[in-house]
Amino acid sequence: MTIYLLCIALFLVGLYGVVAKRNLIKMVIGIAIMEYSINLFLILIGYVKGGTAPILSADGAQRIFVDPLPQAMVLTAIVIGLATTALLLAIAIRLYKKYNTFDIREIKKLKG
Amino acid sequence: MGILLIVILVLMIGGALFSLEARDLLSAVIAYGIVGFGLVILFLLLQAPDLALVQIVVEAITLIIMIAVIMDSTREEVKTKSKRTAAYVIVSIVFAGLFLYFFNRVTGTLSAFGERAMRMSLAYINPGAEITGSANLVTGVIFDFRGYDTLGEATILFTAVIGVLTVLRLKGRK
Amino acid sequence: MTIIVQKVTQMMCGIIFLYGIYIIVHGHLTPGGGFAGGTIIAGSFILLVIAFGSEFLTLKKEETGSSLLESGAILVFLAIAAAGLLIGGVGIFFVNFLPKGTVGSLISAGIIPLFNIAIGIEVAAALLTIFLALLIYKEEST
Repeated sequence: MTIYLLCIALFLVGLYGVVAKRNLIKMVIGIAIMEYSINLFLILIGYVKGGTAPILSADGAQRIFVDPLPQAMVLTAIVIGLATTALLLAIAIRLYKKYNTFDIREIKKLKG
Repeated sequence: MGILLIVILVLMIGGALFSLEARDLLSAVIAYGIVGFGLVILFLLLQAPDLALVQIVVEAITLIIMIAVIMDSTREEVKTKSKRTAAYVIVSIVFAGLFLYFFNRVTGTLSAFGERAMRMSLAYINPGAEITGSANLVTGVIFDFRGYDTLGEATILFTAVIGVLTVLRLKGRK
Repeated sequence: MTIIVQKVTQMMCGIIFLYGIYIIVHGHLTPGGGFAGGTIIAGSFILLVIAFGSEFLTLKKEETGSSLLESGAILVFLAIAAAGLLIGGVGIFFVNFLPKGTVGSLISAGIIPLFNIAIGIEVAAALLTIFLALLIYKEEST
């Protein structure tokens, strides 16, 4: 149970980064940390003690396999996380070119 | 085995906290790499080699894009004091405590760490090789049992690329 | 970049590209598959652009080419999935209609290797398009 609690503690660290920081890059890092922690939590649920990777070997010996269904879900989620982080960074570049700062309170004051 | 997982997770939490509190943006981005690469080691220990392959390359590409973004900015975060910080700290600690308590109540109903938690998994593992014909069960689940989810993922990737191309257009069409 | 980085990149990027193709094609036998191989191929192209600077490639032409390749790969994926409607005999959308050989040989598992190739090209082209779009934006605005 302590492993599940530590995983959610990583999620709370990411949430702190999004809510309490004023720099745009720190917010993007916070969102990415939240995505990583949820991927880890899904894989932790599917782990079986003494299991191996879910790939049949050449001699066909029967072994205990780890759950393949959460691994299939997380495999696509990792690539989607990269695409959304790249989209957020593109918006951050655009804001920096226009207002010349990464601080969201300055951007709120200047207003174009 | 459990001790190793806990040690690496504690290192990742420490790296994440340092990355959010650093003043220099370049130090923050490099400390963010600790979280990503620690996740690769955890995926290997949890017997998921496909995910470790993807996570290494994705983390390297994310670090490259982030450093390219912050390279020509001032790279310094200006800190100013704000009032009422003590009240914010107390409220956030109370919120974190409540969140962890309710999460502990919820995961008490799951089986313990290491038992087989889902009932559908044996229905996928046992006849999986004959129905799909592939020796890699994860690939069989992605493309045969769960094909619609892969189609949705391809659509999301395509939409993200369209979004990036739209945001970064410098001049309109003349 | 210095001459050491350029020489090492010249030697290594072909090998990385070949490794990515190997991981894609053997996706139903060993760990890997379309997503891992696609990101590795994108990584080899990004390494080439970083090491040789942006005067090396004609960036506009490459970005148009890679976004066309990405759209084409998604259309091939949809065409293979929709072919199950016409051929499959039952008329379901995503049915696995090619014959499945023996488990463990290279040509087996129906349409899964074709899906792997289509997804691999799509992921590689998508990541390359994102990176080239960021690079062109930085070049044009300075």
